[in-house]
Amino acid sequence: MNSTAPLDVGDHQHATFPEGLDLECGVHLAPVDVAYRTYGTLSAKRDNAIVVCHAFTGDQYVADIHPLTGKPGWWGRMVGPGRPIDTNRFFVICMNVLGGCMGSTGPRSLRTDGKGNGTERWGTDFPPITIRDMVRAQHMLVRHLGIERLFAVVGGSMGGMQVLEWAVTYPHMMLAAMPIATAPYHSAQNIAFNEVGRQSIFADPDWHGGRYWQQGVVPARGLAVARMMAHITYLSEEALTRKFGRRVRKDPSNAQAPEASLSMFSDVFEVESYLRYQGSAFVRRFDANSYLTITRAMDWFDLAAEHDGELPAAFAGTPVRFCVVSFSSDWLFPTSSARYLVRALNQAAANVSFVEIDTDKGHDSFLLDEPDFDRTVRGFLCGVAEHAGLA
Amino acid sequence: MRLDQRLIADMIEPGTRVLDIGSGDGALIDHLFRMRGCDARGIEIDMREVTRAVAHGLPVVHGDADHDLAHYPDGAFDYVVLQRTLQAVERPREVLRQMLRIGRHAIVSFPNFGHWQLRLMLLFSGRMPMTSVWNTQWYETPNIHPCTIRDFLALCQEEGYCVQKWMAVDEDGERAPWRRSIRLANLFGEQALFLLGRKGDC
Repeated sequence: MNSTAPLDVGDHQHATFPEGLDLECGVHLAPVDVAYRTYGTLSAKRDNAIVVCHAFTGDQYVADIHPLTGKPGWWGRMVGPGRPIDTNRFFVICMNVLGGCMGSTGPRSLRTDGKGNGTERWGTDFPPITIRDMVRAQHMLVRHLGIERLFAVVGGSMGGMQVLEWAVTYPHMMLAAMPIATAPYHSAQNIAFNEVGRQSIFADPDWHGGRYWQQGVVPARGLAVARMMAHITYLSEEALTRKFGRRVRKDPSNAQAPEASLSMFSDVFEVESYLRYQGSAFVRRFDANSYLTITRAMDWFDLAAEHDGELPAAFAGTPVRFCVVSFSSDWLFPTSSARYLVRALNQAAANVSFVEIDTDKGHDSFLLDEPDFDRTVRGFLCGVAEHAGLA
Repeated sequence: MRLDQRLIADMIEPGTRVLDIGSGDGALIDHLFRMRGCDARGIEIDMREVTRAVAHGLPVVHGDADHDLAHYPDGAFDYVVLQRTLQAVERPREVLRQMLRIGRHAIVSFPNFGHWQLRLMLLFSGRMPMTSVWNTQWYETPNIHPCTIRDFLALCQEEGYCVQKWMAVDEDGERAPWRRSIRLANLFGEQALFLLGRKGDC
């Protein structure tokens, strides 16, 4: 695979915080850029703002055309006028996470000195960050927009971790939380998958100890393999079977042969070529060092850790209304982890709704067409508005 | 809302915290929130009903009486309601204990197996009774712990619960006039409805 350099990041809409942020690891990171998109209009009372948190490899382009890929937003079916998160009614904010590569401060950002000068990128020297650091950066931007109280925080997968972290860190700043297809800690299995992805990047000859940009290359092969493996975990066996089965690709160069040659190195099965496409598309929009930084942030995530393993203590006395959603065929963040979260919330006497959506589409279901899920999101938000007297 | 749910709602003080186990489509908690200003929440075992209730903005979790009550803290609610479900749980005595641990009051309704029709059917046909209330065959009924009104009272006595109110109700939920005599209520009441308090709350 040749070393396709990622497209230029371009100038994403962002706010710069020169004062920076004290990270959990003890490092003071300054300045901090937070790139974001907003949709809809903030009400005069500033009481209709919803923060949507993106998943691991997502970004702030929830509901408009992505500037790099030219594709529609990743949750356009959920966020927009008349959609379940209705931008005729709500003001939606989505921010690129700290450590990301779509305009927020991350490993690809320039490392500046006290005078704001810098020519070198952070790379692997970028400090380790946590989900809480991401959320505190988002909090800075929300305050910067003049918003003191959020209507809701919503997100799936790693976005759901941020939702939970928001609820634990700023419980009095939000009415409702909707953690979707997520868990209150990253499981050993999930850490294991992340580690395979990281090792795949390290093994790429173009990795160059993390300073690949100095050589004018990116570890495209390693990053693509990491993405291919991760992508399998986002689907389910049923979804793969339905989509591809055991179908074999036709060889376009040889009309005589009904099937492609049984080569070890070419993609024979359709599922292989699908994964290869996913991998190569990914390296054009994602930075390898961001991949490492963010997977580590997920691995560190454990809400109960600072409460001696007692998850309910993290939510004690919370005024937030929760709606936890899981998907029956999600084996990356299975319903059992959602139920564990719900029981902890019950133990904290929190107001919680919990729905498991019946689907065979796996972890990615929250991004796909699931009418019951749409109804749940819409209904929960309406119920919160009614209880808060905002209906 | 069913008539017996209206009777339950009438037992609940306005502005209180209520947990409805087996909340179904959420009709009772919706009523308690809108009409009585209660903080009413539900637990429901049927996922389709849960989705329907949450899509209507009601706080309902998927779960069941046998496995999920243990995760609530003591005294989290003023009332814990169990509608027409006691006969179908795995461990009725444990469920009642949990209800009165997490709630100050328990409101329980159940179909009365002591009703005269059931007694006659068993006596004359020698087969398990089938009525509009008990309408599934013995081999597939979810109602694994049927009891009579007197059975239930005996359990309350044994556990030391305080029976604060009770009434017999017919299948449509109308109050039946057997208030004075438990024996008559046990013979003619199709459903029973109890308001219980903790030990020593009489």
